[in-house]
Amino acid sequence: MSASPLPQSTRPDFAALREDFPILHQQVHGKPLAYLDNAASSQRPRQVIDAVTYYEEHDHANIHRGVHTLSQRATDAFEGARKRIAGFINAASERETIFTRGTTEAINLVAQAYARPRLQPGDQVLITWMEHHSNIVPWQMVCEQTGAELVVAPIDERGQLRMDEFERLLGPRTRLVAAAHVSNALGTINPVAEMITLAHDRGVPVLLDGAQAVPHGSVDVQALGCDFYAFSGHKMYAPTGIGVLYGREALLEEMPPWQGGGDMIRMVRFDRTEYNDLPWKFEAGTPNISGVVGLGAAVDYLGAIGMDAIAAREQELLAYATERLLQMPGLRPIGTAEHKASLFSFVLDGVHPHDIGTIVDHDGIAVRTGHHCAMPVLDFFGIPATARASFALYNTEEEIDRLAESLLRAREVFA
Amino acid sequence: MDLKDLYRDVIVDHNRSPRNFRQIEPPRHDAEGFNPLCGDKLHVYLRLKEGVIEDISFEGSGCAISVASASLMTEALKGKSEAEALTVFERMHGLLAGSDDNIGDLTELGKLAALGGVREYPTRVKCASLCWHTMKSALTGTGTATTE
Repeated sequence: MSASPLPQSTRPDFAALREDFPILHQQVHGKPLAYLDNAASSQRPRQVIDAVTYYEEHDHANIHRGVHTLSQRATDAFEGARKRIAGFINAASERETIFTRGTTEAINLVAQAYARPRLQPGDQVLITWMEHHSNIVPWQMVCEQTGAELVVAPIDERGQLRMDEFERLLGPRTRLVAAAHVSNALGTINPVAEMITLAHDRGVPVLLDGAQAVPHGSVDVQALGCDFYAFSGHKMYAPTGIGVLYGREALLEEMPPWQGGGDMIRMVRFDRTEYNDLPWKFEAGTPNISGVVGLGAAVDYLGAIGMDAIAAREQELLAYATERLLQMPGLRPIGTAEHKASLFSFVLDGVHPHDIGTIVDHDGIAVRTGHHCAMPVLDFFGIPATARASFALYNTEEEIDRLAESLLRAREVFA
Repeated sequence: MDLKDLYRDVIVDHNRSPRNFRQIEPPRHDAEGFNPLCGDKLHVYLRLKEGVIEDISFEGSGCAISVASASLMTEALKGKSEAEALTVFERMHGLLAGSDDNIGDLTELGKLAALGGVREYPTRVKCASLCWHTMKSALTGTGTATTE
C-alpha cells in the first residue's frame, strides 16, 4: 500500500482509461457527473460489464456436477475467475479463496466458523476504533454468544492507530485481532505488517478488512502474513453482491462449515454428512456466478493497468485534493494520518454535511455524507457526520476543482 | 430545479438563528428524535395547559432543513390546541411527503409552506419530518421517534 511517483515512461493513460467507464459520461442536474463516492462503491468499466453480459448471454448454467456443455462452461468461467482472483492477492492456492457476498459476509463467516467455537468466557477479540460497523457488529455478536469481550484499540487526533495501546491491549486473553487495512471514514492506512508481527509474536491470528485497500494498491496476503483477509468486489470495479474471504488453508481446514446446503457437501445421508473440500466447504448454495465472472474481469482489468500505477495516480489526486480543499476557509479535515488512501473526509463551518451533499449534487458532484457506517470514529472526533470525497483511478484534478468551487457556493447559501 | 427552492431565505434564517432553541423545565412533555441515516438528533419539549401548547422548544443538531423545520414548528405550534397541532402534523406530512390530500390551503400553513421545496428531494424529506414525528411522540407520550 505504498506508492512512489509514476515515471512518465510507464504511466498509464488515465484519461483514456476513464473512457472505459460508460456511467461517467452523463449529466446530473445539467452538469457533467463527477463521481467522488468511490469508497462507497466504484463504477464498472466496459470490460467488466461486457464479461458479465457475455456470460449471461452465452454461458450461464448452474456450476459443478452438470454434465452438459453450458454447465461446464459456467464452471470453467467461475473456477477460472477464482484462480485469477487468488493470484491477484497472491493467495497460496485457490483453496484459500472463498467467495462470499462481500466483506461483511466474509467477516461474519470468520466470526461464526472460526471465533465462535474457540472463544471462552473472558477471552478477548481486539479491534480498533476506526472500524466500519461490519468489523464491529459481527464481533459483538460472537462475544454475546460466547461470553468473550470486545476490546478496542484507540486512535490519535490524526486518526492513526495508537500502536503503544494496541501492543498493550494484545494480552494473554486476546484470541483474535480484527482490523481495517484502510479506514473507510478517515482513509488511514494502518501499519498492518507491524500489527501482524506483534499479534503473531503472541500467537494471535489477524483478520484484515481489506475492503478499502484492495482497490487502491497491491495486496499480497502471503507477504502480509495475515490469517484472514476480506474484501468486496463492488469497491474494486466489479459488481455488487460478490466478495472474497482469504484464509490460511490450515485455519480453514480446522473450521467447521458456516452455512449448510448444496455444493458444500461431498455426501449426504440422514445420519451423516461429509463436507466438501476447500474452498467449496464454505460456499453453500448456488453462488453469484456472474458476480464472480465480473470480479474476475475486474482483476484482469486492474492487473493490466498495474496496482502500483493506480496507487501512485490516486496519491496524486489525494495530494491535489488535500492542497486545494485545505485552502477553503472553515474547512476541517477529518483524518490526517501520515499514510492515507485516496479519500478526503471533512466538515465545513456553518454547513452541515447533509446540506453539502445536496448542494454539490446540484453541481453534478457525488460525495457521501453521514457517518460512513463508522459511528464510533465520528464520536471520537465529536461530530455527527462528515462529507467525504473518495477517488478512483478515473477521477481528475478538474473534478476536484469543481468540488472546491461547489463548496464555496455551499458556504454562500448559508452566509 | 433551483437550489433556492429548497434553501429558501426563511429556512436559511431559521437555521442560522433557530427560535425556541432551549429546554423547558418540568413539568413538561418531551421526546427524542433520531435519524439514523444522517445522525441527526433532536429533543422536543412542550408544556401543555388545559389542552393548549403553552410553550414548545427544541434542542439538538442537524442539517439546515432539520433545524429550520424544528424552529418553524415551534413558532407555528405555540398557542395551538393538541388537536390543532395534530392537524398541522397531518398537513405537514402531506406537504413533505407529497400527498396533496392533507395539505389544504397552503396559505394557512404560513411560513411552514417554505418547507414545501423538500418534496422535490426525496432523500431530504426525513430531515424535515423528524421534528414533527418527535413533537407527536412528545404530545402522545410514545417516547423516542425515529425516521425509520
